[in-house]
Amino acid sequence: MKLSRRQFTRLASGGLAFASLQGTLSTAGLAQEKPIKIANILDQTGGLNIYSLKQMKAVAMATDEINKAGGLLGRPLELIFYDAQSSNQLYSQYATQALLRDEVDVIHGGVTSSSREVIRPIVGRFKGLYVYNSLYEGGVCDRRHVSTGMVPGQQLDALCPYVVKELGGKKGYILAADYNYGHITSKWLQKYIRDLGGEDLAVEFIPLDVSNFSSVIARIQDAKPDVVWSALVGAAHMSFYRQFHATIGTDEMMLASTTYSIGREHVELAPEEGKGIILATSFYDGLDTPAANDFVRRFKEYTGENDYIGEYGEGGYRGMALWAEAVRRAGSAEPDAVMDALGGTSVEGAGGLYTIDGQTNHTVMNIHVAVQDDKQEFEAIRTFDQMPPIDTQLVCNLNENPNDTTQYEVQLD
Amino acid sequence: MDSLMVYVYQIAFSFSILILISLGLALIFGMMKVINLAQGEFLMLGAYFCVLGSNLGLPLWLAMFAAGLGVGLVGVIVERTVIRFLYGRVLDTLLATWGISLFLMGIVTTIAGPQSQSVPSNMGPVNFGGLNVPGYSLVMIVAALLMLAGTYAIWRFTNLGLLVRGTMQNPEMARALGTNTSMIYMFTFGFGSAITGLAGALLVPLFGASPTMGSFYISKAFITVISGGPWPLIGTVSASGLYGVIDGVVSYELSPVLAEICVLFVAVVMLRLLPQGITGRMRKGI
Repeated sequence: MKLSRRQFTRLASGGLAFASLQGTLSTAGLAQEKPIKIANILDQTGGLNIYSLKQMKAVAMATDEINKAGGLLGRPLELIFYDAQSSNQLYSQYATQALLRDEVDVIHGGVTSSSREVIRPIVGRFKGLYVYNSLYEGGVCDRRHVSTGMVPGQQLDALCPYVVKELGGKKGYILAADYNYGHITSKWLQKYIRDLGGEDLAVEFIPLDVSNFSSVIARIQDAKPDVVWSALVGAAHMSFYRQFHATIGTDEMMLASTTYSIGREHVELAPEEGKGIILATSFYDGLDTPAANDFVRRFKEYTGENDYIGEYGEGGYRGMALWAEAVRRAGSAEPDAVMDALGGTSVEGAGGLYTIDGQTNHTVMNIHVAVQDDKQEFEAIRTFDQMPPIDTQLVCNLNENPNDTTQYEVQLD
Repeated sequence: MDSLMVYVYQIAFSFSILILISLGLALIFGMMKVINLAQGEFLMLGAYFCVLGSNLGLPLWLAMFAAGLGVGLVGVIVERTVIRFLYGRVLDTLLATWGISLFLMGIVTTIAGPQSQSVPSNMGPVNFGGLNVPGYSLVMIVAALLMLAGTYAIWRFTNLGLLVRGTMQNPEMARALGTNTSMIYMFTFGFGSAITGLAGALLVPLFGASPTMGSFYISKAFITVISGGPWPLIGTVSASGLYGVIDGVVSYELSPVLAEICVLFVAVVMLRLLPQGITGRMRKGI
């Protein structure tokens, strides 16, 4: 048999998609109805796979559960998984392939903001629908994009009043990763701290490969803040928590973070190094509600794994549940029909009630403030109910500008 | 007075980190002229061996020592199977050691996972000039100085050190005088690897271990050794001293980012003025 280059690539990548599906999706199709196709593009391999491994399985689990319950609109779901290998070039290739060759009805996935910005224009060009199940810096205004994760406005609207007002963390020292996410988050932190009558003593941006924090910690001790705010990201920055523990410690100074626990940081640190760190998230495993406990139990049963799931993992299930509910409301899986039904779509999930806000296509959710105990687990402090994505709402109105596709950077002052 | 102590500490800490990450390279690249791009991964491997040893129940200090020996053994294996066929072939060495670097990173990620790991030292903070500093960082400073002194002593005062220096200077002559130069090369590479592994293990309590950690340090190590010039030990010490002062002062006064810029700027200017490195004009040295 003679193969053209194009045929070969098609076969080879089909083989890849199929092979990577084995084991994650166990239910076969539901008979003769034409399946609804779902693409899930995440990093099964490569440096960023730590954020994707649980989410992949959560999406597969949601698909299986829906199929077992009879599918959507009487049609079975077919999940196609693409391993983007932590490379944005593959995100672009697979997003195109999913929409044009595999003709999927929806794309889930992407972790980093850069991968999202690769997928989003492709989805726009080919008139698809994209569900992004990760927390990010906020501001994306696009009807073909749904964000089901937290944005800084939601998270800080819960975390800051608790730390500044209730714990008395008036003077804050902000450390943020030196890229898009850190810069925008630090601006929001400054705004919240000032609005609450606190003071931001300093903001430091730390490049992603810096692991020696000895000078930063010396300056923190000079400045004597009540609380250190961390929006640090990645393996090198993990050293900050180790070095903070070895010098100041959370008994002496509060340490609150917007990123901690989300990349499962607390499992990487020794128990005593992470003890006392305060965080805000839309889901953590120890959240002691019947819905959360049930989700954790089912996930562990489904995957046979016993370790921490966290926000990125639950996010995949959340995104699938919200999209499926929108399909039911639309009575169709066509991207344009689902798009019109997104606003007001609501599901009861593991972290509480999730509702899509039609003005921004972002999700209203509960934010849980928690603190790490001495056993690498989190103790619930308080749940802030139904926080709206206020930052993105300030800049985005899809009801008035349905053709908008901009990512706005929120301007303060 | 207090702030003077802070500077002394910051400089000493920056200096000791530079010594730790570049001492092994000073031997392998500086003496043997082998451009080992897997040097950062040897450091990473040392860190992981230390975590492994500690997980197996060894006391931290013993785990570090074992990590050094373990990486030394890896170094000997790499030298015997790859490097020894490539002496004098710079480009081939570059390619081969880059491959080894990717291989080591891949295998560690596969076995231990991509996330970082840590073993805390359980040493509390120490008050140093009004500031808390990690008690363990003082151990790192002392360890760096001891490793430096130990290497110097072996190279300068022992018979073995003499054979090594002789072999590196003139291998044909050394062979003619009955030295087994192949063994000497193997020993030097293994010794450099062991020092690198020990340094990686020493980094663990404050910096953790992650599969990509080598890349955070490799360029700094090369810059230090190249700036040092033809006499690897004296050169590495003086370059570490110079960059340690700049890094310690600027990162405390301004920020770690500017400190890195300053170090690189000084390195560029210095190599323009002293193309042979700091020790380029010295006629005697080690």
